Amino acid sequence: MGKVWKFGNAINTDLITPGRYNMTIDRMELGKIAFIEHRPEYAKQVKKGDFIVAGRNFGCGSSRETAVYALLANGISAVVAKSYARIFYRNAINNGLLLLIAPSDFIDKTEDGDALEITGNEIRNSTKNISAAVSVPPLMKKIRDAGGILEFLQTHKIEDLEKP
Amino acid sequence: MAGETLVQKIFSQNAGRKLSIGELAIVPVDYVLAHDTTCAWAIDPFHQIAEKVFDPKKIFLFFDHAFPAPNVQASLLHTKIREFAQEQGIQIYTDGVCHQVMAERFTYPNTFLLGADSHTPTGGGMGAICIGFGSTDAAVAMATGKAWVRVPETIRINLEGKLPAGVYPKDVILTIAKKLSSEGANYKVVEFGGSAIKDFDVPSRLTLCNMCAEIGAKTGIVPADKRTEEYLRAQNRYKPFKTISSDAHAQFAETHTFDISKIVPTLACPPDIDRDVPVTEIEGTPITQVFLGSCTNCRIEDLEVAYNIMKGKKVSPGLKFIVTPASRQVYELALERGYLMEFSRMGAIIAPPGCGACLGRHMGVLDDNDVCVSTSNRNFTGRMGSPKAKIYLASPATAAASALNGKITDPRKYLK
Repeated sequence: MGKVWKFGNAINTDLITPGRYNMTIDRMELGKIAFIEHRPEYAKQVKKGDFIVAGRNFGCGSSRETAVYALLANGISAVVAKSYARIFYRNAINNGLLLLIAPSDFIDKTEDGDALEITGNEIRNSTKNISAAVSVPPLMKKIRDAGGILEFLQTHKIEDLEKP
Repeated sequence: MAGETLVQKIFSQNAGRKLSIGELAIVPVDYVLAHDTTCAWAIDPFHQIAEKVFDPKKIFLFFDHAFPAPNVQASLLHTKIREFAQEQGIQIYTDGVCHQVMAERFTYPNTFLLGADSHTPTGGGMGAICIGFGSTDAAVAMATGKAWVRVPETIRINLEGKLPAGVYPKDVILTIAKKLSSEGANYKVVEFGGSAIKDFDVPSRLTLCNMCAEIGAKTGIVPADKRTEEYLRAQNRYKPFKTISSDAHAQFAETHTFDISKIVPTLACPPDIDRDVPVTEIEGTPITQVFLGSCTNCRIEDLEVAYNIMKGKKVSPGLKFIVTPASRQVYELALERGYLMEFSRMGAIIAPPGCGACLGRHMGVLDDNDVCVSTSNRNFTGRMGSPKAKIYLASPATAAASALNGKITDPRKYLK
């Protein structure tokens, strides 16, 4: 069970980790600057296991993987959005950050502070008493199960990603 | 049987087998690019999986996002990357924005460039597949020479007609962005064609492809042709290449046709790329800064456009007019042709080649009260500094005309 942090459409990487704050390669530091200007209370109050729920095109903008590292540093259970931008999506897959796509209706009804949990292939909002089916693509599952692509490559060849 | 798309053909060639659209494939890369921000994050991941890079000659590291270093932190990142490059025998380039330098000196048609930067699609103007990735993908590619990719669908954009005077490739891509929206090409490739594409030289094509990143595309691409040959010859690195294009019966996810003769000077209003309006609609809006720079629009052709509008005149009093040539080559040409002397005389601030003010790190950071007309690619909230600053994206011509007046200005009134 985790608390919802609700965001709108087109949350870009400059809002998640603004370019001029992320001159560091310390992942925990990045956790502290997540949404620093867009939503200053977030980084102070976010707890391990919380969820980010957002609209369309989450993570658009730059290729900076800092956006993914920051959310991992915050201990986010999953991002649940209507759609994602492609580089952010890849970066999340490579790092084992769970990204789920949920129907618009579920996302629109879910509000800040609601309680969410994932059980099997279902995501449930127990505050609003609604749920939606979610699925994890096979590649995302394979890499997540290994703990990330780097961990996967420590015991596999990259070609093994192609295999079913 | 359905034909194949250009991108499908190049990926198949690299993978050594016929790939289908939608298929997940491991594909060898021809170039790996990373810069002072993304490479710094790739080094530790690289060391987790390898000791030596797959081929140091295929790896291109750039100091462009914050170079020369604006602060101690940035300088330390440069040092970390220098140590890595030295240990691995990789060359570091400090000659301007990575995408521009790659196009000038390295990127070849029908190849696959993996770039740890979102504007890597710029190089699609060379007829190569140039895709933006993150630091982990760059680390994996430096170690293995390969990347996992999903063979993408293609959106075909046909350009027809002739561009009117005062209208430039930037106006074209902003018009396309408005129609497709900021996520309209998500996960897909945008391939440019139509009878007008032959009128777009490589620098113009780089601008078109650069901004495909802003509509969510995996990349933009213009099939290599006579124009590409012309550019390679001018860069003194032409070698014959195969002319590859999508088959006549290739399946495109969407096809859009634009009559470019109807396009007008356009601005993207803050804070979204697809909030585009004709310049005439907001003409007269007061501004405090003009940024003529970035991998989108600060090639020699762009400086020439601005020079022709501004020569013999003065920058509006109090306005910050920052000129940041995209590369050392552009900088030196602009010196030789006298553009920089003229810009200096009119009151411009000339910055060293690189990303400069585009990403709000140095050399033109905006404050709460700033309103900027920029030739770059992103007008997101906080992109160039304060989240309260406003950024309008425009062509070099609109930027130049606006710099003369201190307000948003239609460049067509300066045409002779």
